[in-house]
Amino acid sequence: MAIFLNKDSKVIVQGMTGATGMKHTKLMLADGTNIVGGVNPRKAGTSVDIDGNEIPVFGTVAEAIEKTGANVSVLFVPPAFAKAAVVEAIDAAIPLAVVITEGIAVHDSAAFYAYAVEKGNKTRIIGPNCPGLITPGQSNAGIIPGDITKPGRIGLVSKSGTLTYQMMYELRDIGFSSAVGIGGDPVIGTTHIDALAAFEADPDTDLIVMIGEIGGDAEERAAAYIAENVTKPVVGYVAGFTAPEGKTMGHAGAIVSGSSGTAAAKKEALEAAGVKVGKTPTETAKLARAILAG
Amino acid sequence: MDLFEYQARDLFAKHDVPVLAGEVIDTPEAARAATERLGGKSVVKAQVKVGGRGKAGGVKLAATADEAVEHATNILGMDIKGHTVHKVMIAETAPEIVEEYYVSFLLDRANRTFLSIASVEGGMEIEEVAATRPEAVAKTPIDANEGVTPAKAREIVEAAHFPAEVADKVADVLVTLWKTFVAEDALLVEVNPLAKVAGGDVIALDGKVSLDENAEFRQPEHEALQDKASANPLEAAAKEKNLNYVKLDGEVGIIGNGAGLVMSTLDVVAYAGEAHGGVKPANFLDIGGGASAAVMANGLEIILGDPDVKSVFVNVFGGITACDEVANGIVQALQLLADRGEDVTKPLVVRLDGNNAELGRKILSDANHPLVQRVDTMDGAADKAAELAAAAK
Repeated sequence: MAIFLNKDSKVIVQGMTGATGMKHTKLMLADGTNIVGGVNPRKAGTSVDIDGNEIPVFGTVAEAIEKTGANVSVLFVPPAFAKAAVVEAIDAAIPLAVVITEGIAVHDSAAFYAYAVEKGNKTRIIGPNCPGLITPGQSNAGIIPGDITKPGRIGLVSKSGTLTYQMMYELRDIGFSSAVGIGGDPVIGTTHIDALAAFEADPDTDLIVMIGEIGGDAEERAAAYIAENVTKPVVGYVAGFTAPEGKTMGHAGAIVSGSSGTAAAKKEALEAAGVKVGKTPTETAKLARAILAG
Repeated sequence: MDLFEYQARDLFAKHDVPVLAGEVIDTPEAARAATERLGGKSVVKAQVKVGGRGKAGGVKLAATADEAVEHATNILGMDIKGHTVHKVMIAETAPEIVEEYYVSFLLDRANRTFLSIASVEGGMEIEEVAATRPEAVAKTPIDANEGVTPAKAREIVEAAHFPAEVADKVADVLVTLWKTFVAEDALLVEVNPLAKVAGGDVIALDGKVSLDENAEFRQPEHEALQDKASANPLEAAAKEKNLNYVKLDGEVGIIGNGAGLVMSTLDVVAYAGEAHGGVKPANFLDIGGGASAAVMANGLEIILGDPDVKSVFVNVFGGITACDEVANGIVQALQLLADRGEDVTKPLVVRLDGNNAELGRKILSDANHPLVQRVDTMDGAADKAAELAAAAK
């Protein structure tokens, strides 16, 4: 089962022929991802040989879907062109668009998110500014290293890429059903709540690890959602207790404004919802282990 | 990036939001000519990025050019809530203010859209109005693709119950303010107060604008709006080198890869510091994914140049980047700094995990640099770095 992505996913890459796109297409292929094509209007009709895999390049997302039945697009498109690329993916009604690109202007991400809603939410957007998602042993859509861990029964949702890797590494002997990096931008397509709902419904997931960070109130809203809707155990971690007010900490969305968006408030909300929250990533992993050990 | 009031005023003027004349100066004597240009009287306004200027004595009415100089003398250099006043705006005096309103557009993160906030009770902090009289605050979602049309502006005006006699004028302001919000890639445009003055005009008397730094690629004019004068010198040096750095007030220098991991590293060091005399992280520095030796060297140089730093914690999880590359980066960076003539004396604690960690650790062990210690867990390394910083204090 897993969430959002599995062995049957047919993946295309928008921006495949760029340096970053090529590097990660190669890695995704090595992880067993079924990459069925790339999209680049200037190279339509050609194909690219990647480690012996002949990957066709299509002019548009719509054409790629028509020819291959693709249902996932991973985007490595530079910020200036990202909005147009996501809008194209939405117009083609691809079910899942994973936007890896960092540095997209908020007016652009707000516009493509609004557009996806307007078009009836046929396209789930993950990101932007995210590492993508992986269902170990089945498929990898993005830049999460495929060799950290194996298939297992923990579901992971995180705003941060490196903390995703760290947590997968801490719990590598247990393994993961899926790990989803939702991104650190102020406007993102898939939230903690969306991933929590999917993991709750996924029979292959026994426990959920949720990683948050300062900024906004997504963790507080996720806590309220957990209290009402999630029956599986959830373990949490929040980064940024020492972040000063008014400073952006790396991720565009990671900022404490006045008294809102603090790590302390998020931890408190999660704990009030029955989520065990670790002080460090290592302690969080221990909490998960203790619960799984019964 | 938050702007000063005078910069907000300039952007409002550029997009036809009605504002009063004003110019920014940084010497008391310049207040004279500026006031004379305004007809002999002015308002002298401290330019600081914090609220409560009026109460702090940072806004003064000058009836003559001499008075303007006197006020500017007093206000320049003043400390307002920890912000030193380096500039004042000499603004045109407003006609008699009849009423004060509030209007803004901002990003609504929770709903992933834009939001208009409007109130006929302006002139004070909107949070205060929202807390005491929530019914006086109208919040209207704005579709990012449809924007604020005259009809939408009308809807906002009605939702906030603006008086009929100013409805058209406020709606016009909303349309031009939205134009500012979109054209400048702003995260916030706020007018407070939006004043109805004698004669019936509606004027933006004070404003706040915050710009999206991710939009710099299409906003070349925004770079000039940066407040380089009051930036922390280490932050300014890091920005020059394209490093993602924030200065903090502790003693343990931090370098890591990935914003989330670095934020987490700061927290873990702060916890560890509790057992070591309360030492804290000295900075946030994310060197990103594929950090080369040159980037590592630049990062180390900034951190070692911070006199507050007593020890350094390099915390790397090798994701796509392999730890052997990172280890080579550290070794080469130390060599590079030595070659640049830097006297590196502060101890470094390095934790490498993930992709090719064993190889990376071996490289560090083989290099056997006298200042570098390897600790292979994040919590353990944080504890060691805190201990070393406490010992050097």
